[in-house]
Amino acid sequence: MIPLSSYLILGAIMFAISVAGIFINRKNIIIILMCIELMLLAVNINFIAFSHFLNDLAGQVFVFFILTVAAAEAAIGLAILVVLFRNRGSIDVSKLDQMKG
Amino acid sequence: MSFTEIVFYAFSAIMITAALGVISARNPVHSALFLVLTFFATSGIWLLLEAEFLAITLVLVYVGAVMVLFLFVVMMLDINITVMRQGFIKYLPIGILVALVLVTQMVLLVGPENFGLSQFAEPALKAADYSNTRELGRVIYTDYVYPFEVASVILLVAIVAAIALTMRRRPETKYQTPIKQMMVKKSDRLRIVKMQAEEKQ
Repeated sequence: MIPLSSYLILGAIMFAISVAGIFINRKNIIIILMCIELMLLAVNINFIAFSHFLNDLAGQVFVFFILTVAAAEAAIGLAILVVLFRNRGSIDVSKLDQMKG
Repeated sequence: MSFTEIVFYAFSAIMITAALGVISARNPVHSALFLVLTFFATSGIWLLLEAEFLAITLVLVYVGAVMVLFLFVVMMLDINITVMRQGFIKYLPIGILVALVLVTQMVLLVGPENFGLSQFAEPALKAADYSNTRELGRVIYTDYVYPFEVASVILLVAIVAAIALTMRRRPETKYQTPIKQMMVKKSDRLRIVKMQAEEKQ
């Protein structure tokens, strides 16, 4: 018998790992994109765990849509990355200061 | 320790180790492969939660499509790893600190005293002929049909955006112009030459 809290803690640990990943890999956009995928995965674990324990399929439907949006986001993000690399020759985040932000 | 618990803790351990590998691997290709392992372990956890359709979708869509895309891009770009690793050690303490604070806060909220078995009892296992895919499809095509349509539009937008962003016109590449092809007349291409018939020798 695995309680709901085990799944929620697992999701929390995954989320914290991906936040730490964004902190320590702040120069590499590819790793940052992967960390965003990990974050969405952690959220999805929570959704599915609640869907199972509350016996409600709505949680799984939400995960379905999150997966769709995450796939679209990854495709567009990587396309932007390819264009960025073609124009600048590097994907260093700290050099992206053209817009003086 | 029951079999389910052994499976849960084994998959969780694989998942967390692989996630740590994603954020700490030196080579981005290794990171992507660790991410694949994370997705596999997660789909195992989802099978425990009786979300069979989403578990197989995660493997097919993520491992099969998204991660292949990631690997393609990682291998296509020529990344200087040493430059990318600058600041790794410098930001490691604050990263670990933020992660620990985050985990502590969330465990205090979602720990066993708030979401334990006494608050949320383990639901009964579904019958053997219960089809998760059929139930999910029934809900998606009735209650959530408009969000489903919107999701398809989002995917279409993603396709168009990805192609529009990455397509470039090279001057040396030859392209067809369909309008000119359609406007061509017979007289532009075909020339009939009158000549005398010759005798057979």
